Amino acid sequence: MNMMLVTASTQGSLRRTSLTRLIRNYSVLLCGMLAICDAPALAAAEPASTGGQAVIRRLTPGQYANSVKDIFGEGILLGGRFEPDVRVSGLLAVGTSRVSVTATGFEQYYTTARAVADQVTDKAHRATLISCEPADEKAADDVCAREFLQHTGRLLFRRPLTQGELETQVSVARDAGASLKDFYAGLRVSLTNLLVSPMFLFRQETPAIDPAHPGQANLDAFSMATRLSFLMWDTAPDEALLRAAENGGLNTEKGLARQVNRLLNSPRLEAGVRALFTDMLGFDEFTTLTKDTVIFPKFTNVLSAQAQEQTLRTIIDLLLTERGDYRDIFTTRKTFLTPSLGILYAVPVVLDRPINTPERWVAVKYPEGDPRTGLLTHASFVALHSHPGRSSPTLRGKALREIFLCQKVPQPPGNVSFEDVQDTANPVHRTVRARVNAHLTNPVCAGCHKITDPIGLALENFDSAGGFRTAENGVDIDTSGELTGVKFVGAAGLGQTMHDSAAATSCFVSRAFSYATGLAPALTQANYLKFAEGRFAAKGYRLPDFLKEIAMSKAFYQADAPQTATTSETKADATLSTTEMPARVAAQTNE
Amino acid sequence: MTSKTSFSGRRTVLRGILGGTTVSVGLPLLDRFLDGNGRAFANGAPLPVCFGTWFQGLGGAPGLWEPKTVGAGYEMGQLFRALSPYTHKINVFTGLKAHGRAPDHTIGQAVAFAGSYEDTIPKTIDTIIGDVIGTQSRFRSLEVACDGSTESFSRRGPNIANASEPSPLALYARIFGTEFTDPNAAEFRPDPEVMVRRSALSAVSEQRAVLLKNLGATDRARLDEYFTSLRETEKQLELQLQKPAPLAACTVPAKPAEESTGVIIDQARATHRTFASLIAHAMACGQTQVFSVNFGGGGSRLRKAESAESFHIHTHEEATDPKLGYQPTVAWFQEQAIGALSEFIAALDGIREGDGTLLDRALLMYSTDHGYARLHTSDNVPMITAGGAGGRIKTGIHVHAPGDTMARVGLTVQQALGIPVHSWGKDGNETSKPISELFG
Repeated sequence: MNMMLVTASTQGSLRRTSLTRLIRNYSVLLCGMLAICDAPALAAAEPASTGGQAVIRRLTPGQYANSVKDIFGEGILLGGRFEPDVRVSGLLAVGTSRVSVTATGFEQYYTTARAVADQVTDKAHRATLISCEPADEKAADDVCAREFLQHTGRLLFRRPLTQGELETQVSVARDAGASLKDFYAGLRVSLTNLLVSPMFLFRQETPAIDPAHPGQANLDAFSMATRLSFLMWDTAPDEALLRAAENGGLNTEKGLARQVNRLLNSPRLEAGVRALFTDMLGFDEFTTLTKDTVIFPKFTNVLSAQAQEQTLRTIIDLLLTERGDYRDIFTTRKTFLTPSLGILYAVPVVLDRPINTPERWVAVKYPEGDPRTGLLTHASFVALHSHPGRSSPTLRGKALREIFLCQKVPQPPGNVSFEDVQDTANPVHRTVRARVNAHLTNPVCAGCHKITDPIGLALENFDSAGGFRTAENGVDIDTSGELTGVKFVGAAGLGQTMHDSAAATSCFVSRAFSYATGLAPALTQANYLKFAEGRFAAKGYRLPDFLKEIAMSKAFYQADAPQTATTSETKADATLSTTEMPARVAAQTNE
Repeated sequence: MTSKTSFSGRRTVLRGILGGTTVSVGLPLLDRFLDGNGRAFANGAPLPVCFGTWFQGLGGAPGLWEPKTVGAGYEMGQLFRALSPYTHKINVFTGLKAHGRAPDHTIGQAVAFAGSYEDTIPKTIDTIIGDVIGTQSRFRSLEVACDGSTESFSRRGPNIANASEPSPLALYARIFGTEFTDPNAAEFRPDPEVMVRRSALSAVSEQRAVLLKNLGATDRARLDEYFTSLRETEKQLELQLQKPAPLAACTVPAKPAEESTGVIIDQARATHRTFASLIAHAMACGQTQVFSVNFGGGGSRLRKAESAESFHIHTHEEATDPKLGYQPTVAWFQEQAIGALSEFIAALDGIREGDGTLLDRALLMYSTDHGYARLHTSDNVPMITAGGAGGRIKTGIHVHAPGDTMARVGLTVQQALGIPVHSWGKDGNETSKPISELFG
């Protein structure tokens, strides 16, 4: 305890840190020095959790594409588009537990399914994708159809087809093949059916009641495999995982660990982590992002895509390749740039390639003290959360609170007029800070803007397109900012504050678990989430270790026993809002 | 053990006719043919009514759009001048409001189209009406957005948004692509492949009871919606197997040129123009009877070319011109939207059907969200209807109903189209008072 107090008194930045956090930091330090992170003394038992509802989740467009690619190969083109996902509690992943399929949506699935089935059964692909040949191509062949449908159906449904399901589709292939006098046409129709089946389009989780704990259930082995696979690889379970589910390999800790380690040690983990952060960072909003092309001619669609890729590459490098500390995403000096991004950020990117070749990514490490450090300075954040023609401290502050702190910032009232303070040509208010401060003189506005703008003002070195600048309208930009009482200067200061924020790591734990389960944070999960936060800290905030914690936890596979309609609705009402849960958890660990 | 016993019904019926040239087994044929003047089928039944919603965000500016006189013979206000050629086919409603919470960004359109401003918008009027009048056409409804997004205000229920089609080319392919059957074609021969596919799909739909059995209420409702949607595709396939009734006014529009969709106002208007043509032709060809158009979204992102600010930002930030007394750029955007609406009405009115037009048997319901875009108020929100719904309502009337809920228009429209509803709306917007001036 004495050592902790000395630490606190000698480092200004830690003076405001809670005792809880000091203990955690000290524990991490101790873990690192003594390499005893897994020591039983520090590894408290997972608290009892009542789980949550077993839900059906609609595949995201990415998961649909990944599944088809894994099962049939890269050469099968999808075309078309799917219904947009819905963001709930900060995640599209949670939205997948709320949405259904509209008439137009089904039409799109059907069109895509036909296109996939056409390709799989065409002459160019059938030899490699269909393991058998019919006795006569101009007639039905139950044996070959059964073999193909049994194998493919198992991969698509993420479990073996029931005998009834299989024979139904064999019958469809038989009738269609005979009618059209074409075995492959029959198979095509059956495969289309599998691809539009709710068993494929929705991830259906089946709880198996635990006789020892009435009212509680564990997911069955195939539901476990599905949750695991989509969390780690963002795709359907592969053959090995399905086999483990079939032979009981997921029902023992050792067997489960074997599969979890296999998934974690695969290069395919990158796809899963990319999907997690693409969702969490709200990159779907890039589809409607526009920038004023007169003011920002550099911000093209290509650059928009590169901005997202820069962030994802940075995250993958830091969290997977380097096995770094999650909190360092806010402070890392290393990133990846193309020449176009280099121009945007005013950083020279030298390539040993001739002009007019495709742009190449180069690892860049900013010098100590550079203002471009951390994820918050990337165009994927500062450009995404700006107005088309000018930066916005308000939008940036709001996004930071909602994405990284899991807090909900209220929508502004409709009847506000900013006409006096938002004129970029205003001769008095020549910088954004001056305009915003004038704006804050209105007490009606000030309430909310005080929780957003002081954060966003620290990012004013980045214009609406993410371009780096030090002055606006000839006036040097003041980048001082504040977040929950902590004052700092510039993006680097903000990044360090976020790095040190217990609320930020608490939010990530909550979001990651919601992403994994498809459920909004709920009161029933509070004990587990608090426990998981502790484990995350004890493991040095390393993402692979944290994913393993989730994947090996009981909470991840627990589900409520099947509910009646009435109790099911009551349960749904117990879901907490986006704001409530993290705030509640944070309140237990923060100062 | 096999499940052949559960695999029967429609598939079995169709199996017997595969490869044949007739289409008479098990599926009802449309036995309607147009009468001599092209306004009704040969059996005397009139051409079906069509309905659609058309939404513009941030549309109101007090004093700039309202007619000065009530009743018949009114003249359009300044912002709505583009609609003047159609005044006799349009009703204008002034004074209506969305009752409820303080001014915000979403209450207006929610009350206009759903009668309620709950956070999760319930079933909207286009879907309510489509479920009654749209069941016999190939597409129960068509939803489009003109700003390159998939944003839609059409809801089948909470969390079930009918996403908009952003691409005219994609909409063209969907309606008039390879699966379009020309109702006026001399010969009709059902495609055996379609028969097979229709038959096979029932193997999926027949799983419904088994799949719904063990689900909680929420998930059961979601899967139920899935099966309802599947049924729509089955119905489309069934219609492809039937000889459609000839429709004299049906012509196939030209395939749209390669497109550039987006938020620049010129892009949005060009996109809208193509959508208007496609939807009008789709209705003339019996492909749908219901549509939903989202011109520029609620917090509209539409921009002028080479301008940094969106329409929405202008409403909050543009100074009121002291001489004009309004925000001139905002008014410009509002006029652009009404210009687009005028083009949509023209597209419907431009299709002749006997001695009338497609617009005469249609009913378009326009609404915006704010009576005063600058302050995002929900009082005196502009609403209009266009078209006579096949003689079901009077047109050319300005109705002033100060303080009444916007839901009155929705109730009136539903009753005009034969929806058995006595009252409509929630959250202070309940009303059982239709706009009786339009009846009788």
